[in-house]
Amino acid sequence: MNTAKFSLIAIAIGAAVLAFAHWFKVDYLYFASYTILQFIVLATAWNILGGYCGYVNFGSAAFFAMGAYSSVFMHKFYPLPIPVLILIAATVSGIAGFGMGYLTLRLRGSFFAIATLALAVVLQTLVVNWEYVGGSRGAYIIRPENVEFAGITINYIEYLFALMLTLAVLALVTARVIERSQLGFGFATIRDDELAAEACGVPTLRLKLIATTLSGAFMGMAGAPFPYYIGYLQPSSAFGLEYAVNSIAMPMIGGTTSWVGPLVGAILLGSAQQYATVTISSAVNLLIVGLMLVAFVIIAPNGLIGLVQERLRAWRKP
Amino acid sequence: MSALLHVDNITKRFGGFVALDGVELMVKPGERLGLIGPNGSGKSTLVNCICGTLQNEGGSVRFDGQVMDGLAAHQRTHRGISRSFQLPRPFHSMNLVDNLRIPLLYTVHARLGPLRSTGDLDARCLELLEMVGLAKKAKQMPRDLTQVEMRKLELARAMAAEPKLLIADESMAGLSHSEIEDILSLLVQLNERGITVILIEHIMSAVMSFSQRLAVLVSGKKIADGKPEDVVRDPEVVRAYIGQ
Repeated sequence: MNTAKFSLIAIAIGAAVLAFAHWFKVDYLYFASYTILQFIVLATAWNILGGYCGYVNFGSAAFFAMGAYSSVFMHKFYPLPIPVLILIAATVSGIAGFGMGYLTLRLRGSFFAIATLALAVVLQTLVVNWEYVGGSRGAYIIRPENVEFAGITINYIEYLFALMLTLAVLALVTARVIERSQLGFGFATIRDDELAAEACGVPTLRLKLIATTLSGAFMGMAGAPFPYYIGYLQPSSAFGLEYAVNSIAMPMIGGTTSWVGPLVGAILLGSAQQYATVTISSAVNLLIVGLMLVAFVIIAPNGLIGLVQERLRAWRKP
Repeated sequence: MSALLHVDNITKRFGGFVALDGVELMVKPGERLGLIGPNGSGKSTLVNCICGTLQNEGGSVRFDGQVMDGLAAHQRTHRGISRSFQLPRPFHSMNLVDNLRIPLLYTVHARLGPLRSTGDLDARCLELLEMVGLAKKAKQMPRDLTQVEMRKLELARAMAAEPKLLIADESMAGLSHSEIEDILSLLVQLNERGITVILIEHIMSAVMSFSQRLAVLVSGKKIADGKPEDVVRDPEVVRAYIGQ
């Protein structure tokens, strides 16, 4: 399937989801689905660096928070429509991703992972001490009830949901385009063997910088509408452990070598967490992630997609 | 004829250990050079300095009239230096065709521009696999290959970059006699197509039958360079290999 066809199908599915949610008209459905969509973007963004290139980033929360706090900053400094804020967040987090890549990509394996974790801690400390964006007390964002769009009044939650849906479609299409391009082949060689990649003419450092920039930018985009969604943003929620853990766990559970993996993982894990939040407590969310991760590492180390591919291969080879 | 590769007085240290100490080496276009030396003599370090995996501290490497110092490995590959690794390093998550696709996409395209369509790329990959006798396994993964097939894949991948100079780093270690013959005839075949080959090897029969010239490294220094039959009779070389 070519990219244009795939994009059209993705947009059609997105529109169908939007129409379905509109037809249901339950605010909670928007809230819950928004979170799942946000995790689809985060997981897909993580996978561009972690899955395709094999560089594990523990600092997803930092990029997400950077997006969220760039929105808070702009909200106070010069309020702009959210789509513009998303672009600003993408730029800020993309530059931060590039910078992080430049400073840390000479590190490999666990050293790189530790460096990304350190980045999250440093940024959180900065934000906690930055009064303008609320410091440790956090910042309130009063979101409007409705938004006017081309003469139509749209419920704000529905608007945020539609934006996140668009971002999810964009992230998935981008990931799929990368996967099938020269860039995707290059990323895979970095994951498999960097020394051999260089010997084959792959400019590994440049490719890794592209990956950290893209990955960071998408994470920032996922964070940009977050203050409007939640209404009150404090450092501990923006830099929450659940973002770092979920953006790693979701691709791992779904499968890291294809764009489908993070999508499946985010839907599966995200839905389970939403279900647990309303039936038990949101406190069990991380427990669910932990248990599922342990189960998948044992049963399907290559994720659900890997498991299905293996079964198919075994079935074809009698 | 001017040299294709000129290694000019290069040095490389690892902390206090001097791995290469003022090594001088010239390779003419189309030549078949054998590089030998006991374990730890600096052969692989020299290869790494030529290919850009390591950067030399003193001296310089010139290739095809250009200074290579400071260039990254991939930039040197783009300029026509290709290598195979001592231990095969295939891309594990890709099948054989895709393994060969990488140098085509990243090196041949970089040099000639994106001229080839996907169909052309596939055809070229298959042609290369055919050359090393792996065409039947084109869609298989590297883990399905035997040791000798892995070495052949390694050579095919180095060849896919369309190099002017191929450095084969111990591509025969651990192989049986007939397998060595296989790899040797492959290397000769490549040389006949105009590619300059540097062969680094411990197996003397292979080096002797392949090389037009032989260079010997011992403790980071070149102690001999000349016709293979003369070099192996050189008293200093005999002393280095056998002892006194």
